[in-house]
Amino acid sequence: MTAKKSERLMNLTICLLVSRHFIGKDRIRQAVEGYRDLGDDAFDRMFDRDKEELRILGVPIEVGPIERAFDDDVGYRIRRDRFELPEVNLEADERAVVGLAARVWQHASLASATTQGLRKLRAGGVDVDESALSIIEPQLATDEPAFDMVFEAVTERRPVEFAHQRSGRGEPVVRNLEPWGIVSWHGHWYVVGHDRDRDAERMFRLSRISGDVRFTGAAGSFERPRDLDLRRLTESLAPPRPHESATVRVRRGAADPLRRRASRSRQVDEVWTELEVAYGSGQSLTDELLSFGPDVIVMEPPEVRESVVRRLSSLAGASPSVSGTARGSASVRADAQGSPR
Amino acid sequence: MSANAQDQVARMLALVPYLRARDGILVEKVAHDFGVGPAQIVKDLKVLWFCGLPNSVTGDMIDIDMDALDGERTVRLANADFLPRPLRLAPHEALALIVALRALREASGPDERDAVDRALVKLEAAAGDVAGRASVVDVHIDPVDARVRATVDHALRESRQLDLTYYVPGRDETTQRVIDPMRLIFSEGHGYLEAWCHRVDEVRMFRLDRMLEVTLLHSQARPPLAAQRTDLSGGLFQPDADDPIAILELEPSARWVADYYPVESRVESGGGRLRVSLRFSSEGWLERLVLRLGGGAAVIEPETLARRVSGRAADALALYAPVEHASS
Repeated sequence: MTAKKSERLMNLTICLLVSRHFIGKDRIRQAVEGYRDLGDDAFDRMFDRDKEELRILGVPIEVGPIERAFDDDVGYRIRRDRFELPEVNLEADERAVVGLAARVWQHASLASATTQGLRKLRAGGVDVDESALSIIEPQLATDEPAFDMVFEAVTERRPVEFAHQRSGRGEPVVRNLEPWGIVSWHGHWYVVGHDRDRDAERMFRLSRISGDVRFTGAAGSFERPRDLDLRRLTESLAPPRPHESATVRVRRGAADPLRRRASRSRQVDEVWTELEVAYGSGQSLTDELLSFGPDVIVMEPPEVRESVVRRLSSLAGASPSVSGTARGSASVRADAQGSPR
Repeated sequence: MSANAQDQVARMLALVPYLRARDGILVEKVAHDFGVGPAQIVKDLKVLWFCGLPNSVTGDMIDIDMDALDGERTVRLANADFLPRPLRLAPHEALALIVALRALREASGPDERDAVDRALVKLEAAAGDVAGRASVVDVHIDPVDARVRATVDHALRESRQLDLTYYVPGRDETTQRVIDPMRLIFSEGHGYLEAWCHRVDEVRMFRLDRMLEVTLLHSQARPPLAAQRTDLSGGLFQPDADDPIAILELEPSARWVADYYPVESRVESGGGRLRVSLRFSSEGWLERLVLRLGGGAAVIEPETLARRVSGRAADALALYAPVEHASS
């Protein structure tokens, strides 16, 4: 089955490629062996399916008038200059980096698209070596179920609708987006674009899209800003860089990363060193300080100190087996209850 | 069936110009280059044998030397002048290649970047209109300390050892070790140096942003034969099947953990909460993760860990108690 069909598709391609003019269906039916013995309807159906399959492979089949006065039927052809891969000449070091590209995508369909592309380059005379040992290997992993649809929406300029779960909030919110770009940022994929409902630029993490992504318009149905600079836009929508300063105390021998980025440091006593540390968001500073447990104390600012205390209380209360330090924790817990999250 | 025929046609359209330029190539080599078995290549050739110019009886079909194929296992193809070039890159192929090269550019040091740039220009030219679409995909890799990066690049290029001061977050400990660098890997937003570590006599991954100091040594890096490169096909960090399992109940604010770490199972447990199980190799690492989540995650198992976390939190809390002073 497969062999017969492959043979027919190949012969159809060759037939249309070698013809200088548009050729009509009847002549194609005569020329390509697989069509010859079919009835009219069967031939029409098979020919339409075959054209579609070749189109999916990227074979550019054109439709146009047949140059015969007595016949206003359409014909078909493949223009060689549109069919063939242009000449690509790569130097040895360029071939080496192109070979490395084969290992970048950790995503089934994009990895196979890369492999198919390299196969064509190789057939076009570029000797790409995919197995060379490299000293640099970037990886692009895409586990997000929404990735494929968003990727297509971005490259085809199709608006989309999806439900997005905001971090820390309960119910997902439906968003209508003109997706301008897709960005890998700090190891996660985001879609950046114009949020139609809010009439503003927004950025959404793909892993927080729940359920299906739906196209809400045809390809090319919106324009991206002419001066779109994805990198700059992403930076402007991403969390801020360090601009405020906190005072923390660290225990002897602990929390080296904090010491290394401290702008000032002062020995308090044998055990504790006081540091000035820059931070961008109180939330992420709180997270980081919490991970050091009893090896760090926050002195300033008060809001970070409060949120550290509040979250330590929640952690300490998670198990009833807290004993020796109960007095201290109990008193702070009472304070913390005044301002629940 | 249809996917099979499509795959085969795509392969044959590349196979013909490939073979025209490589007369007498071994069928095994062809199979390797096309990423299929030799038997598949033989099948492809038997189909191609029936392909050629229309309305031809014998002379204009593609000619394949079947004796050479059966005997010496070599491929000789003739009479296929009508297919001198492969099909051009399909949009998704060009896009995947260009974005992969952009990622490579982003990860490269200044020395390799030039070759990537030149390759990109040429491929973008070959891709035509599609190249413009690639500008809507951006891969950003966090910059690391330029001095660290330059030293690591230098060591890799010249196969030299490094003296490394490295922060181990799982133990909140700064360590000293000599390593033989093997390769740089960029994955999920971070750069890692894979190297043979002389302190533990094993291959280890060192995150670039946790390298506190790195000094180039004069000694040659010679990772032992046992130093296998990590198989990256299943992701950078593959949990060891022997590692113990922890079960965490994640509040909505901590659901990101399930995206970020390889979890073995995930079950919605109502109210936006998620119950996940994951394997861990270092209890210290997991303890610090749960502390960092600050009540956003409850440890269901192991119970010893749950107790340790709440104990550490209670100790920390004691430091803030009004009567006690910040100097225990």
